[in-house]
Amino acid sequence: MPMASSEKQLLLDTAQDLRLSLIDVMAWSGGSHIGGSLSIVDILTILYFKYLKVDPKNPTWEDRDRVILSKGHAGAGYIPVLAKKGFFPKEELKSFNHFGSPFAMHPDSNKVIGCDVSTGSLGHGLSIAAGIGLGSRYLKKQYKTICILGDGECCEGSVWEAAMSVAHFKLTNVITVVDRNRLMIDGFTEDIMSLEPFGEKWRSFGFEVIEIDGHDFDQLDDAFAKAWSAAEKPVLILANTIKGKGVDFMENNVVYHYASGDSAVCEKAKSSILKGGQ
Amino acid sequence: MAIITGTNWNAYDAATMTAREIYGRTLADLGKANPKIVGVTADLAKTTAIVHFADAFPDRFFNVGIAEQNMFGVAAGLAKAGLIPFASTMAIFTCLRGGEQVRTDIAYQNLPVKIIATHAGISFGHAGTTHHCTEDLAVMRSIANMTVICPADGIETSKAVQACAYTPGPVYIRIGRGFEPPCYESDHYTYEIGKAITMKEGSDLTIICCGIAVLQSLQAAKTLAEQDNISVRVINMHTIKPLDREAVIKAVTETRRILTVEEHNVLGGLGDAVASVIAESGKGCVFRKHGIQDTFATIGYAEDLYAHYGLDANGIVDQVRSILGMEFEEDENWDDE
Repeated sequence: MPMASSEKQLLLDTAQDLRLSLIDVMAWSGGSHIGGSLSIVDILTILYFKYLKVDPKNPTWEDRDRVILSKGHAGAGYIPVLAKKGFFPKEELKSFNHFGSPFAMHPDSNKVIGCDVSTGSLGHGLSIAAGIGLGSRYLKKQYKTICILGDGECCEGSVWEAAMSVAHFKLTNVITVVDRNRLMIDGFTEDIMSLEPFGEKWRSFGFEVIEIDGHDFDQLDDAFAKAWSAAEKPVLILANTIKGKGVDFMENNVVYHYASGDSAVCEKAKSSILKGGQ
Repeated sequence: MAIITGTNWNAYDAATMTAREIYGRTLADLGKANPKIVGVTADLAKTTAIVHFADAFPDRFFNVGIAEQNMFGVAAGLAKAGLIPFASTMAIFTCLRGGEQVRTDIAYQNLPVKIIATHAGISFGHAGTTHHCTEDLAVMRSIANMTVICPADGIETSKAVQACAYTPGPVYIRIGRGFEPPCYESDHYTYEIGKAITMKEGSDLTIICCGIAVLQSLQAAKTLAEQDNISVRVINMHTIKPLDREAVIKAVTETRRILTVEEHNVLGGLGDAVASVIAESGKGCVFRKHGIQDTFATIGYAEDLYAHYGLDANGIVDQVRSILGMEFEEDENWDDE
């Protein structure tokens, strides 16, 4: 069922607002993984503002859905989402990266309210998701665990160890999303270490692969609706995204994997976000 | 820290059962009392003996295949779901192959994952160096939040496994391959994580040891008493971290000579932990670290290797005699207090 236009508009507005926050965090923190943060904004937006059952007033609620940002370097994209959801005031993000702050480049679940798992070292998240999936199934819990992987991260062998487990144990309560923005630090994934045929790889590991445009809310909505009701095979959402999405001069530009910005750059970025309508 | 007094594990005969076997059975018993205890392994259910738990509770036991990194990540996830996972594989695949997952997924998040690692030290000597592990104590004690335990035998393994289930945060317990004779005659003693056990009093020298070295040190102490009239104290330092600093300082003050014995590289293990306490105490003493002297061990059956590296009673006797020959008190610059 197509999304109502009012609902879609709300998601578009939320995503736009989050992108603006990301630019603020880039400035406050003195630098962030802005490219790979912008590429997952729409994925995080539909998750936190449509799908996830979480309660900012009770962040450790036992039955909440869990999110694991396996590409932990996008913490500067993820943590503002938690602020917007109401886990803590956005004002607190001004301390990002600074001495004693709960907020670092890579999120610490023991410090960031609403963050379920500490991540940062790549290739760890999906194993933890598998563990939560096995544990919650044993405990007869209904919640979902969503694991967001970077595409470059999938060079790590441990991702595929975990993939085997998710498929072997038929963990349909784990939803895996790959942010396929095609860039890693040193260049394009296909130049550094080719991942293609990427969807085929996941399929052969036993996943139901749903390939979508990771910036299209209708497609994201369909994909997560299917993933939420998966009963046979675990779902992998292969989200084709654009690194730096929403800021014209950052899009597909490897320079903006990690960047800092002076006020002029931030203004330019914000103006591009506002012009983009997202 | 949980204190384990008397015990229910009399049924397990440490003379005929390896430490691994006793571990697996103890865990299966713990599982009956606590449905939150779950198990994971990486294709070593039989080898580590966690299979006893697996057979009793198939719905809460997960074998991830030969994938140690994944295993420790899965264990972290199970703990995140509110459970108490026991994870078992060989020591070398724990501290190095899966070491980053142990550090980052388990210890950094301070999760209650209990790691029972087998085939530690040179206990699997004939398997070759790939399967030896003389690095785990160094790795594990340098990881924040981690409790590190090296039980003396099967009876103590059972007590440590019981104690760790009720200890917050991550715990690492290293056991051997386990055909060594037991050290304790019965389980009627009080075991507390972090509290050293004085196995034998003595006044001339103290051996601070762990694991298989405890029994060998006791035998060495007996020989030294009979043949040399030397009074040796033997301290079973079963918990490497947190180390029982008081027991070390007391031994330094009362015996002035310390020998550490461990089935581990002398770099980074029990000896270094004890050395730090002594150095920081400002008290002087004769001190020697005995263990594997920063080398990869040769191939052979465990008993032959223990003899070769002087980790048996004879080797320990030699070390003590050599230390007692050191005339440290005659140094003119020596300030005894």
